[in-house]
Amino acid sequence: MENPRHTHRIALTVNGAPVEAEVEDRLHLGDFLRRELSLTGTHLGCEHGVCGACTVMVDGQAVRSCLMLAVQARGRAVTTVEGLAADDGTLSPLQEAFREHHALQCGFCTPGMLTSLTAFLRDNPAPTDREVREAISGNICRCTGYQPIVAAALAAAGAKAAEEEN
Amino acid sequence: MGVRYFGAEVRRVEDARLVTGNGRYVDDIELPGMLEAAIVRSTEAHARIRSIDAAAARALPGVHAVFTLQDFPPEYRDRPMVQPYPAPVLLQPTTQYPLAKDEVCFVGQAIALVVAETRHVAEDAAGLVAVDYETLPAVVDCREAVKSGAPLAHADSPDNIVARLRVAFGEVDAAFADSAHVFEERFLQHRGGCHAMECRGVIAEDRPHHDGLTIISATQCPYLVRRNVAAYLGRDEGRVRVVAPDVGGGFGPKAGIYAEEIVVPLAASALGRPVKWIEDRREHFVTTNTQRDQEWTLEAAVDADGRLLGVRGRVIHDNGAFVPYGLLLPMTTLTPLPGPYAVPALDVAMEVAFTNTAPNSPIRGAGRPNAAFAMERLVARIARELGLDQAEVRRRNYVPADGFPYDTGQKFRDGSPIRYDSGDFEGCLDKVVELADYAGFAGRQKAAREEGRYLGIGVSSCIEDTGVGPYEGATVRVQPDGKVLIRTGAASQGQGHETMLAQVCADRLDVAIGDVYVMAADTGAFPHGIGTIGSRVAVNASTAVFDAAESVRDKALSLAAERLEASVEDLEVEDGVIGVAGVPEMTVTYGDLARQLAPMAGGALPRGFAPGLEATSYRTSDGMPTASGSNIAEVEVDIGTGEVRVLRYSVAHDCGNMINPMMVDGQIVGGVVHGIGNALFERLVYDESGQPLNNNYGEYLLPIATEMPPIAITHQETPSPLNPLGIKGAGEGGTIPATSAIVAAIENALEPFGVVIRSYPVSPEELCDLIDASGA
Repeated sequence: MENPRHTHRIALTVNGAPVEAEVEDRLHLGDFLRRELSLTGTHLGCEHGVCGACTVMVDGQAVRSCLMLAVQARGRAVTTVEGLAADDGTLSPLQEAFREHHALQCGFCTPGMLTSLTAFLRDNPAPTDREVREAISGNICRCTGYQPIVAAALAAAGAKAAEEEN
Repeated sequence: MGVRYFGAEVRRVEDARLVTGNGRYVDDIELPGMLEAAIVRSTEAHARIRSIDAAAARALPGVHAVFTLQDFPPEYRDRPMVQPYPAPVLLQPTTQYPLAKDEVCFVGQAIALVVAETRHVAEDAAGLVAVDYETLPAVVDCREAVKSGAPLAHADSPDNIVARLRVAFGEVDAAFADSAHVFEERFLQHRGGCHAMECRGVIAEDRPHHDGLTIISATQCPYLVRRNVAAYLGRDEGRVRVVAPDVGGGFGPKAGIYAEEIVVPLAASALGRPVKWIEDRREHFVTTNTQRDQEWTLEAAVDADGRLLGVRGRVIHDNGAFVPYGLLLPMTTLTPLPGPYAVPALDVAMEVAFTNTAPNSPIRGAGRPNAAFAMERLVARIARELGLDQAEVRRRNYVPADGFPYDTGQKFRDGSPIRYDSGDFEGCLDKVVELADYAGFAGRQKAAREEGRYLGIGVSSCIEDTGVGPYEGATVRVQPDGKVLIRTGAASQGQGHETMLAQVCADRLDVAIGDVYVMAADTGAFPHGIGTIGSRVAVNASTAVFDAAESVRDKALSLAAERLEASVEDLEVEDGVIGVAGVPEMTVTYGDLARQLAPMAGGALPRGFAPGLEATSYRTSDGMPTASGSNIAEVEVDIGTGEVRVLRYSVAHDCGNMINPMMVDGQIVGGVVHGIGNALFERLVYDESGQPLNNNYGEYLLPIATEMPPIAITHQETPSPLNPLGIKGAGEGGTIPATSAIVAAIENALEPFGVVIRSYPVSPEELCDLIDASGA
C-alpha cells in the first residue's frame, strides 16, 4: 500500500506562544499537541469524539482535539490545560475550585473538564446547576460522579461574580 | 501525638499537578530511542489460525519488526501465560498465550505485535497483516455454555466448565421444610466494562547489562505484574522493575496481568530499544477484562413474619474466554452472601463457564454488587408477597446491632469464619430514611400520580468486606531537611492515597502535612506490595504508615532525649520541632536528628542507634473490616416512553472512622454513579457469533452529568476493632447497593402495573414491554 504521507506547514499560537510545524495531513490536533509539542496535559480518552478528555479551546471555543486535524488549526489560537493558570503559576478560579471541591480523582478527564468549563463560564458567568451539567454532558468522568465538578463550576462562577461586584 | 489531619477534609496533595496538566501517565512518558507498537487482534470469536502473513507489514518503511508467537525465542513458543491465582477448584485454569498460538477464542485476542517508528506507522502495518482463519463454532451465552453439547469455547476442552463452587451452611432443607413461604426468583445481571478514562498502556525497556527489565504500566498491581512477568520470562524478580505512574482510573480490570505486559517486554528485549504500547478505546472494549453476565436462580424460605430462614440457589457465571484472574471474581460473588441479613442457612452453587467473549475479572465491587442485587431483590419479593414496607422487611432481617462480631456461617478457604467485625445496619437505615424523607414519599407519590406521573422509591442495603490482606507496607523516612518521605507499594488510580497516607503520617509525627510526601508503586523502590483492589489500601497501607511513623517518632524522641538531656516523657513535638515542656529554648528538629543518624564519612552514629531516621512496617488489620450502608433512590418513570429519571439519591454509609471525609464522599458518589450506570445504561452487546456490537461511547452508554441525580450522603462511624485507626474500606460501598436501589424504585413507581424487573440494565424499551405485558 502506498503511503504518501502528505505534510503541511502550519503556524498557530498555543497557549499564547507562536508555533510553527510541519504536520502530516492525518495528524489530529490532540496528537500534535502531545507528540510534537510535548503538551501531554491534553489526554486522549476515546479518539472518537465522545469522552471529551481531549478538549482544548480553539479561538476560545471548546473543541475535541481528536476530531480536528492539526492542519485545521493553522492560524488559530489554541489553549490547552497547561495554559489555564496565570503566567506566574497562579491557578485560575476554576482550577482552584476543582481542588477545593474534590472535583477530580484520577485526573484523566480533568483537562477536558477544565477547558470545557472555562469556555462555558466565560459565556455563561452565572449558570444554574442544570446548565453546568449540560455544558459537561460531552465529558465523561468515571471517578467523581460529576457532582463535585458541578459544585466546583458553580463555586468558580460565584467567586468570579463576587470578584466583579467588588 | 495530634489529630490535626485525621478526619479532616484535607485538600488533596495530588491535585496541584493534575489540574495544570502536569500529571504523568504512561502515554506521557518518552524514553530515548523508544519505538511504538500496535497489535493485530482477532476478528473472529473462535477460530483456528491457518496462517499469518506479515510480509507486507514488515516491508512498510518505518516498521522495525512484526512479532507472532513463533517470532519469539523458542522457549516462549509453547508457553501460555502464568495463572496468577491458581486454586485447586479450578478445573480449567486456562490462560492465553501472550500472542495466539494456533487458536483464537475471542474477538480482540492478540495475534501479532507490530513495532514501528511511530504508532501511526505501526497501525498502518497492522492493517497489512493477513490472518487466515478457519472459523469454529462459538458459544456466547453462559447459560448455553454450561449445557451438555454446547459448542466448546476452546476446541480441545472437555467442556466449558471453569469451576464448580458451592457455599453452604446451616440446615437448609430443614429451613425450607419449616418455612411458612418459599419464594423463587431468577435474575440476569450484566455489569458491562470498567471504562477507566485512561486505557491501559505499557512501556518496556530492557537493559540487561544495567538495570534489567523496566516496565511502566497503567496497573493497579505492579507487584503482581512483576511476579508474573518474571515467572513467564524466567527472569530474576530483582532485575524486573515495574512502575505505575499516574494512572487514570482502575476500577478492577487494571489489577490483572495482560498479554501486552509480556509481549511488549519481549519485543523491547528483541529489539534492544524501549517499546511503548497504548491501548486505544476500541481495544479497551474488546480486550480489557469485563465483568458481564451472571444468572441467578434463588429461593428464599421465610417465616410468617417475613424473616429469612434459608436461601438456596444456583448461579451461572460468565468467565469469558480465559481465566486471567483465578476465581477471585466468582468467589467475591459468593462470599458476601447473605449480606446484612442474619440468614441461618444457605446453600448456593455456582458454575463458572467459558464463553467466546472478552475474559472476565472484577470491576468495582467485584461480585459484591451481584450478590447484593440478588439478596436485595429476594428481600423485595418477600416484602411484596407479605405486604411489608421496604424498610420494615429489612429491619426484621438485619444482623442486630448487638450481634457483632457476627459469623455468617461461611468459612474462608483456610477454615476461618467469615465474620462481620462491627456495624449497626439498622442505625444506617434510620439515617438514610431520614435523609431521603422516606416518610414523606407517600405524599410526593400521591401528588405526582394525580398529575399522571409515576414516582417510585427504592431501598437497598449492603455490606462490604473490605481491606483484604495479607499486607501492604510502608517506609517512613525523615530526610535530612526534615521532610518526611513515605514509600509504599500501594498504587493509586485516583483514590488520593498520597493525601490519605500523608494525613496519617503527619498526625503521628506531629509535622505539617506539607512536609510529608509519598512515592508509591515502584517495585524498584519498595520491596513488597499487593496492590489496589477490594477497598484495601486505606485499611492496609494506612495501618502500616501509622505503625512505621510511630517507630520513627519513638526513635526520634529517644535520640532527642539524649541530645536535650531530658526524659522522653517531658518531650513535646510541634510541626517537626521537638522541645522540652516548659523550656522553650531547648529544641531539636526531626531534620537535625535525621542528619545525625545519617552521617557522612568521618562522622559518627550516636551510640546504640541504627542509621537513618526511618522505619518500615507491614502491620495490617487483624481481619477484614466490614463496611455497610443503606441507600434510597427516588425515580420518576415515564410510562409512555419508559424513560427513568433518577430524582434524588440518598446514602447512609459506614466505613468506620474516616481519614478524609471529602475523599470518602468522592468514592461514594463516584461509586453510586457507576451503579446507576449498571442499572440503566451499560450493556456490552455481543451477537450470537461472538462479535461485539457496540464498541464506542455513542452506543455503549456511560453515565453522563445530565442523567445523574443529586446524591446526598450521611455517615455513621462504627469504628473497626480490627485496626488501630478504626477504619474500613470505602471504595466500593457506593456501587454495591446502587443498582438494586434504582431497580427497586422503578418497581415501586410501576406498582400499579405489577412490573417486576429481573434483569439489568433496564432499558426504556424493556420497561415499555413490561408495562404493556401487565395489561393494566
